[in-house]
Amino acid sequence: MTATKQSGSDASSVPIRFILDGEVRTILDVDPNTTVLNYLRETLRRTGTKEGCAEGDCGACTVVLGEIDHDRGDRIRFRAINSCIQFVPTLDGKELFTVESLRAPDGALHPTQQAMVDCHASQCGFCTPGFVMSLFAMYKSEPTPSKQRINDVLAGNLCRCTGYRPIIEAAETMYEDTSGNGNREGSGGWTHSPYSVSETGETGETHEPSAGEREMIERLRSIQRAGTLAVTGPNLTGGRHAYYAPTDLATFAALVESNPGATILAGGTDIGLWVTKHHMDLDTIIYLGDVEELKVLEVTDTHIEIGAAVTITDAYELIGEHFPDMGEMYRRFASPPIRNAATIGGNVANSSPIGDSMPGLIALGASLVLRKGANTRELPLDDFYIAYQKNALETGEFVERVRIPLEPSDRRFRTYKITKRFDQDISAVCGAYSFRLEEGRVRDVRICYGGMAATPKRASECEQALEGNEWNESTLAAGMEALDRDYAPIKDMRASVEYRSMVTRNLLRKLFLETSDWQGETRVLEHGEHGSLKNAG
Amino acid sequence: MLDKSETETTIKGRVGTSLPHESAHLHVSGEARYIDDIPEPIGTLHAAIGMSERAHARIKSIDLDPVRSAPGVVDVVVAGDIPGANDIGGPVGDDPIFADGLVQYVGQSVFAVAATSVEHARRAVLLAVIEYQDLEPVLDIDTALEKKSFVLPTMTMARGNAKQAIQDAPHRLRGQLRLGGQDQFYLEGQIAFALPKEDGDMLVHSSSQHPGEVQVVVAHALGKTAKDVVVECRRMGGGFGGKETQPALFASIAALLASRTGRAVKIRPDRDTDMVMTGKRHGYRVDYDVGFDKEGQIKGIEFMFASRCGMSADLSGPVNDRTMFHADNAYFLENVAITSHRCKTNTVSNTAFRGFGGPQGMMAIEWVMDEIARSLEVDPLDVRIRNFYGIGERDMTPYRMKVEDNRLMDIIPELEKTSDYRKRRREIDEFNTSSELLKKGLALTPVKFGISFTATHYNQAGALILIYSDGTVQLNHGGTEMGQGLFTKVAQVVAEELQIDIGRIRCTASDTARVPNASATAASSGSDLNGMAAQAAARTLKERLTQFAAGHYKVTPEQIEFRNDHVHVGDQRVPFGELTQLAWLGRVSLSATGFYKTPKIHYDRSTLTGRPFYYFTYGAAVSEVLIDVLTGEYKVTRVDILHDVGKSLNPAIDMGQIEGGFIQGMGWLTTEELWWNDKGELQTHAPSTYKIPVASDMPTEFNVNMLVSGRNNEPTIHRSKAVGEPPLMLALSVFYALKDAVASVGQHRLSPHISAPATPEEMLMAIDDLNRRLAAENGRAREGAA
Repeated sequence: MTATKQSGSDASSVPIRFILDGEVRTILDVDPNTTVLNYLRETLRRTGTKEGCAEGDCGACTVVLGEIDHDRGDRIRFRAINSCIQFVPTLDGKELFTVESLRAPDGALHPTQQAMVDCHASQCGFCTPGFVMSLFAMYKSEPTPSKQRINDVLAGNLCRCTGYRPIIEAAETMYEDTSGNGNREGSGGWTHSPYSVSETGETGETHEPSAGEREMIERLRSIQRAGTLAVTGPNLTGGRHAYYAPTDLATFAALVESNPGATILAGGTDIGLWVTKHHMDLDTIIYLGDVEELKVLEVTDTHIEIGAAVTITDAYELIGEHFPDMGEMYRRFASPPIRNAATIGGNVANSSPIGDSMPGLIALGASLVLRKGANTRELPLDDFYIAYQKNALETGEFVERVRIPLEPSDRRFRTYKITKRFDQDISAVCGAYSFRLEEGRVRDVRICYGGMAATPKRASECEQALEGNEWNESTLAAGMEALDRDYAPIKDMRASVEYRSMVTRNLLRKLFLETSDWQGETRVLEHGEHGSLKNAG
Repeated sequence: MLDKSETETTIKGRVGTSLPHESAHLHVSGEARYIDDIPEPIGTLHAAIGMSERAHARIKSIDLDPVRSAPGVVDVVVAGDIPGANDIGGPVGDDPIFADGLVQYVGQSVFAVAATSVEHARRAVLLAVIEYQDLEPVLDIDTALEKKSFVLPTMTMARGNAKQAIQDAPHRLRGQLRLGGQDQFYLEGQIAFALPKEDGDMLVHSSSQHPGEVQVVVAHALGKTAKDVVVECRRMGGGFGGKETQPALFASIAALLASRTGRAVKIRPDRDTDMVMTGKRHGYRVDYDVGFDKEGQIKGIEFMFASRCGMSADLSGPVNDRTMFHADNAYFLENVAITSHRCKTNTVSNTAFRGFGGPQGMMAIEWVMDEIARSLEVDPLDVRIRNFYGIGERDMTPYRMKVEDNRLMDIIPELEKTSDYRKRRREIDEFNTSSELLKKGLALTPVKFGISFTATHYNQAGALILIYSDGTVQLNHGGTEMGQGLFTKVAQVVAEELQIDIGRIRCTASDTARVPNASATAASSGSDLNGMAAQAAARTLKERLTQFAAGHYKVTPEQIEFRNDHVHVGDQRVPFGELTQLAWLGRVSLSATGFYKTPKIHYDRSTLTGRPFYYFTYGAAVSEVLIDVLTGEYKVTRVDILHDVGKSLNPAIDMGQIEGGFIQGMGWLTTEELWWNDKGELQTHAPSTYKIPVASDMPTEFNVNMLVSGRNNEPTIHRSKAVGEPPLMLALSVFYALKDAVASVGQHRLSPHISAPATPEEMLMAIDDLNRRLAAENGRAREGAA
């Protein structure tokens, strides 16, 4: 396939192919701006999946995607996503599971569903299909989740009735074999359910692929594409919307360059809202999620390299290994269904002043590799943001990868996220700090806050007040005072000016206490737990 | 034939068993049908509402031509197009379907569109060109009080001589607290689906706690009568009070458009529109003046409540009345004067929300308890205990209803013991002494909540039971299912009464064509009212079957016994289905209605005295929190609850109400902040900005128990107690634990200034304020020493 702009008639002849209930489905002539949720509910009339917010925040629309994971030895990987903000063409090449997919052919409830019934975990029932799907993804991937992990997995599902206790109980008990026949999913014969009947009766990735899983892999292989998916479909006003999903970087770069007005789509966790909330028409979408070169995630001697298509779920463990606080921040970043779709590249390129990746990445001295056609350039992330939601990307240019330097190895790093609610909330303030201590003096200090200006912004006055000085109370006081000169925050629904300023200063104190000789507990979330983050690095 | 069930002793699903929710298997499989899931007839249209962009303005001109010519639009309707009443049924007619010349809040309905798809309709309404002439808006309580801007007259309630008692008391405190509102945040938004029938009749599927009211409002809007409209609701995806009066607007618009176009019309506002357009829990300002003795016992107290009602009365009258009825909570107030202002503001009209004004009244008196304790430097629990209603003395409420069954005398000592309250208090004090950045707080608060609609005529219910000749049963009653498990409980009541397995019973949708004039399912009264009505219907049928069996088998009625899914006739055992078949052949009527009205209740609306409540329900909670004094962040680390549900109809369902209510109340007082900008635009109108609790917000340790000895003194349905609303107020303990933790920053010598919701920001500001006051005090001390 050549990398030129394609005509609508050519493009629409290629169907979108995905698997549903074990069968290959093909879609021709769908508006690429259609969300998976609306497609399910309005076109397929599968109404088990619900709309609660149309912005990926309530989880009533949660569905599960199955994909071949080449990095894990060609096993199936299951991830929950928010169908309300995912566009239909992104299903191409994947298996889709909805709540209707789960009952066994004999009508038996899936163990996830049965546990929800047994634990009295539904009241009004409207959020329930979403919870079931989040739990189903966990059931398929993690055999023994901790309590903390269950809370994390459920962070993207709101329930207004139960108070969550019975749902958490269902999550804990769904693995128990109540059938007595040694396999939890097995009795009903979930034919399209790959992990179901393992020889050992285990779930997760510890056992050999079951016959069902092997079948699923074969089915998925049959719909994999080598070249670009290019489709168009009718929009609401009589015209057509176009969608391209190339699989190689050169084609992607050429498409972006030749379609200057196009929307580059990664996880769609913000772009989805442009359609559902702002009723925008995305005339041309170029999807980067299938571009092989953009899926790179590797650690070199000097850097962590993160391709623009790498999801936050995939990146955050690795980042967390090197920078525990960054891992904790990403644990609290939106919710699993969002992190399963959203990319760090997208978070960065989106250029919101309250994106949570940026303060940490800027403090760590991350840079971006930008590409336009065949040309690339590397730009420090702090030079990327120009004004409110404006960045340094030229027309036809895009973020290819994010590069986080691993040096210096003796640096201390912290990032704190301040929200009304710990999980799945947008920061009022997010602060990040990186520095070294050289004979008690602060060196190479980089401080960045989000939520304090129109862009994520370095605290240069504060950095100056700290750099080269002894890390003590008087330096801290000077630093705290300098922060007032660095920022003139606004008031909005997330916080007042006073709170933003005060907490910004106080977080510097917290940093000081955590990185000096001071002994004591500093974090509500880790109180009483071992191996706390505040002692790391 | 040997029946193996002979060995079983009971039917399946009897009263008192923890049966799963009747729809649980449908919920988990996605097969439970909500209104948006009902298959649409060909040609169904989708509606959207054009909203006011101004808080208070006259509409100078309105150009809807761009809307009419937008793609997909089939019909546009404004106030002048309404054939009947432009009124969604408020008590004083101040709530129009469409604003007519005057808009009174941002988001008020101005016109509506029907189009061929949801997206076409939503895009079309954005094209209207409306010119406004702005008027000065009243956006907050203080301004409303200043301008005497009220939706309803101010009410007072008094006993004794509060002023004198306050003056005579050895100690006196005056102060103020502020309480935020709360969005119901039902997961299923408002929705209505209208299907025109023959002869101008209309069927409306409405996600409504009060189909009967929707029926009347729709009929009036269409210029028709109740007989012409049928309203149905199988289930709601959550209600919480938000679907008591609010659905009438959406149902009326869908019905109007359906009537005009002759096509089915569905209206489903998106989350943002729903949150902007629909009423919420009332925010309050409370001023108090209290006199007390050295033990902390209140001698006299005055309260001034001012609530933000929004632009119309809606349910603000009874909501604010209930605040007054709960300003005593669990405490004897001998000399008391309560004033209640119902402020009119140019914001969305506030409405019912679980607790219905009660939580705000209770927050006020609990605040006073806490303040008294701080001023005397004693444990707030001791002040609370000193003020509790007594048994046989100090037991008369300010509205002259006697507290007859004060269960708190059982609950408080037991909870104090099981929660290790005193020991933990000491441990927390020690922790706070040694921990600089993290502090702990602890609080025990009681709940006493009055059960019955304060509007006495609402305390009635009807039921309809149909027995088919094959021995299966359809059960219908005026109550609605919003997740609270009402259908399950009432089915259990009927199963118990007829002694049949619950599998024989099908719960059918709430339907104005089956039970007329039903009250709203609200005020926690669902099981009390509908359970009794259904029991009455079942008894009628049982009596008919008994009479028939006696005749058929030639025995006396006393020899007939319904037991274990069978009818025992002497020593003969007849399957239930066999008897019903015989009864049908014997030409016995197998359908019956049942009716119930709550006894004993009465009160004088002008003085607010009498017995507004049939009984009280009680509970208490102990909460412990951990806070971060640098950021104001916190975690609820442990909660112990002991709650009275009487004799539970279904312990699992009641447990769900207790836990769920508690977490919802916690949300109100912690993270759920409604934030309007200075133009009166609500900025927190979706879950991205409005933060209800998530799984990890559940207390780390959560011990919930029901009072084992629970039994309603009144002859309610199987001696159970209402459970819908009261547990929400158990969450007051979280707020006072947070306040306690902040107070520890100043070694409990100064009382923190903190409003609800206690967001991390509110917490940090309170800590900062406390530190400033401490510094000032220390400064004065130093000056004094110098």
